[in-house]
Amino acid sequence: MSLMLEPNPEQLKAQKVYKEMGLSDEEFAMIEKILGRLPNYTEIGLFSVMWSEHCSYKNSKPVLKKFPTTGEKVLQGPGEGAGIVDIGDEQAVVFKIESHNHPSAIEPYQGAATGVGGIIRDVFSMGARPVAMLNSLRFGELDNARTKYLFKEVVAGIAGYGNCIGIPTVGGEIQFESAYEGNPLVNAMCVGLIDHKDIQKGQAHGIGNTVMYVGAKTGRDGIHGATFASEELTDQSEEKRPAVQVGDPFMEKLLLEACLELVKSDALVGIQDMGAAGLTSSSAEMASKAGSGIEMNLDLVPQRETGMTAYEMMLSESQERMLIVVTKGREQEIVDLFSKYDLEAVAIGTVTDDKMLRLIHNGEVVANVPADALAEEAPVYHKPSQEPEYYREFQMMENDIPQVDDYKETLMKLLQQPTIASKEWVYDQYDYMVRTNTVVAPGSDAAVIRIRGTRKGLAMTTDCNSRYMYLDPETGGKIAVAEAARNIVCSGGEPLAITDNLNFGNPEKPEIFWQIEKSADGISEACRTLNTPVIGGNVSLYNETNGAAIYPTPVIGMVGLVADIEHATTQHFKEAGDLIYLLGETQAEFGGSELQKLTYGKIFGKAPVLDLDKEVTYQSQVLKAIREGLVASAHDVAEGGLAVAVAESLIGSKGLGANIKIAGNTVSALFSESQSRFLLSVKKEHQQMFESLVDARLIGEVTDLPVLQMSSEEGFELAEQVDVLKEAWKGAIPCLLK
Amino acid sequence: MKFAVIVFPGSNCDVDMYHAVKDELGAEVEYVWHDRKSLDKFDGILLPGGFSYGDYLRSGAIARFSNVMKEVVKAAEAGKPVLGVCNGFQILLEAGLLPGAMKRNESLKFICRSVELQVENNKTMFSSAYESNEVITIPIAHGEGNYYCDEETLAKLKANNQIVFTYSGSNPNGSLADIAGIINEKGNVLGMMPHPERAVDELLGGADGLKLFQSIVKQWREAHVVNA
Repeated sequence: MSLMLEPNPEQLKAQKVYKEMGLSDEEFAMIEKILGRLPNYTEIGLFSVMWSEHCSYKNSKPVLKKFPTTGEKVLQGPGEGAGIVDIGDEQAVVFKIESHNHPSAIEPYQGAATGVGGIIRDVFSMGARPVAMLNSLRFGELDNARTKYLFKEVVAGIAGYGNCIGIPTVGGEIQFESAYEGNPLVNAMCVGLIDHKDIQKGQAHGIGNTVMYVGAKTGRDGIHGATFASEELTDQSEEKRPAVQVGDPFMEKLLLEACLELVKSDALVGIQDMGAAGLTSSSAEMASKAGSGIEMNLDLVPQRETGMTAYEMMLSESQERMLIVVTKGREQEIVDLFSKYDLEAVAIGTVTDDKMLRLIHNGEVVANVPADALAEEAPVYHKPSQEPEYYREFQMMENDIPQVDDYKETLMKLLQQPTIASKEWVYDQYDYMVRTNTVVAPGSDAAVIRIRGTRKGLAMTTDCNSRYMYLDPETGGKIAVAEAARNIVCSGGEPLAITDNLNFGNPEKPEIFWQIEKSADGISEACRTLNTPVIGGNVSLYNETNGAAIYPTPVIGMVGLVADIEHATTQHFKEAGDLIYLLGETQAEFGGSELQKLTYGKIFGKAPVLDLDKEVTYQSQVLKAIREGLVASAHDVAEGGLAVAVAESLIGSKGLGANIKIAGNTVSALFSESQSRFLLSVKKEHQQMFESLVDARLIGEVTDLPVLQMSSEEGFELAEQVDVLKEAWKGAIPCLLK
Repeated sequence: MKFAVIVFPGSNCDVDMYHAVKDELGAEVEYVWHDRKSLDKFDGILLPGGFSYGDYLRSGAIARFSNVMKEVVKAAEAGKPVLGVCNGFQILLEAGLLPGAMKRNESLKFICRSVELQVENNKTMFSSAYESNEVITIPIAHGEGNYYCDEETLAKLKANNQIVFTYSGSNPNGSLADIAGIINEKGNVLGMMPHPERAVDELLGGADGLKLFQSIVKQWREAHVVNA
């Protein structure tokens, strides 16, 4: 690339070279106007990555404004590396989710691995110790070699990076739908802990202070990654493989430890990850946020390859790098600190007062552009929105109850649906115990980790039912937040806040933009009602392959506070004789359900109804009962309905069974996916106290006999050995992968 | 009794080891950075798990050349208890303090789960608090735990009762003779793939690993009472 002669400014304009970088004619005209002259090749490169959707949110900003982002516990909302929420005792939790979808579609191992690496850096750049990882994955159906390959490699990539760096991967969710076949989703979330006094910001304050480069050297990998992330995938996307970065978790482990030592030093002024758009975004954003400028001499940038141009250095997305600003005169302390970890720390520039990002290479100024123009002044587009035809049709449909001939066989089949089946094949590959704080491990509702040295814990989950989202994005958005909160509550936590990863198709299509708007409306309303503000997140648009969009997939990452780790609760039944309760009402709701998909091979109709007020009431009842020590197990009734929920509570128990009485329409009682429902078990001696707190219906009892028995007064009966259920549920994914 | 937890670049179970000793065992413990020149002040040496030097080249292959490993060898020669867990075990193999080598797990995948171990030899300074043939539950978390050695070495390990722990029931990684942990001939250097430091607190699912650390302290106390 370096041997290629860069076009001069006139050629750039005449040949519309900027279009290959993703800029439109109008955007180029804006840049020309901002600079008052024609931009050169390096400058147009800076604008193209900073004005990409990935960095500027130019298409999604109007939607993001809908989200509630403040709250009494919110210490840092969107805009920095990660959001921060107060958890008392001068401690706070830091978290964020981020996508690495397109890289993972092309090069799944490295795509997923560097997605993990990037989100970890976002968290420790705030000064926080990363304590847990989660993820949310979407693939096509596991019926073809390509999808199996993507699935195996993505999981291996997440494991490879997370295990090596030593942060436990404690939770996540995975769904398989043909809509994701060409465009899998890989969203990674990192949760960190911080003392209030250590909170850092990515700002370049103090004229004359020194800009330092720390971490790995810069190579030619990942050039234009942010631009690549902001366009649709096509059959030619394979050619973009060089835009995928390569991860080195060992380097990141060293960088992590060095940076956490660094944040204790008062020589540090600001720190920011060199993530998407690398040196460009970190320098422009740090200057812009502080109202200052930055001048950097690119000859000083540690380079892995020879002959790199300014353009290549500025656009490289080489991993495991940070840009920091330190007090002038104290550079040597920083060099010494990093050398303990065998890492480079090199002064490459200074903070200036002219608000310009100025780059020097081989003794010449190669770029001189206003930092604000790059970081803040990208155009904002209000895309046209149109209600899709399919939605109108679905809304006119009556609720349909699929016909079930053999309940037991249906239950067995549901347990083997990859979306419901055990994900042990996946989390077996993740070190979910390292740091020895994992109290509720993968395989229950929300994961729980303890906070060492306190009585507290953190509950965390990722959720999004993409099928409901497709049928009705507004209701689906509400359900995603409500379900995340339900999972947190079932594990004994009080929901604090969310981070969201908005994965959608091409926003230039009005039907897609409508999905984005509607789901943001639903998420916002649920966040307001449940008092869980949005403290940050990520937008991933253009998730289409050859013109076909994914299901709308705004993944919700939620963290809750477990006030006393003794409240940590799992979904598994504990003891024979315990009473089993169902909280919440069951309707005939099968739109987007597992049973509908199983029966018809497709989804249609209305998503389940969600009453947010009811949701709040039930969640607070359950949390209160858990805190009073009255609940032995708690489980969100979700995909596959009550029958699947009971089976899951049994499978994880130690050889127990259950005897359940159901009422009403049998198919609905067993398999409907009505929302705001909880499956709870309670010791007999707590019956009275529990019933006085929770409006739940007694539906059965935990038994010594390891058999699931369900019956109704109308003559329905079902009995199956728990071991048989377990084998089907556990074996499904390994079997599909053979 | 004072323990050292050796920290190599890339170690990541150092914190777990430290807290297991400090919080659950209640003994003195310090982190020791890999470039340290002396371990004289420590009575027991703990090599934690992780990915020292990124496991580049081969697990443990680079760590064995660090300054502190000369001191670990010295401590082993002096008869001090040396425990290597997971990556620590791999380093002990590379350093020649224990015989054999590690291959990738048979499944070629990283495996993290709790497994059952059988205590094959409870007459060591690391296992005396266990019953003979006791079955205990300890987590594993590794990609290269498939222990291998030649027939002659295996015969020697068996003859000298150097196999301390074996996998009970199913063998998760394909190791020879179901080996999970072995000790040197002298009886003061133990390497094991499972993580006893992850099983010291019922809150996290079990405390079967605690007795291993208690065994070390018990032996040390007895030795020092005799010496006194």
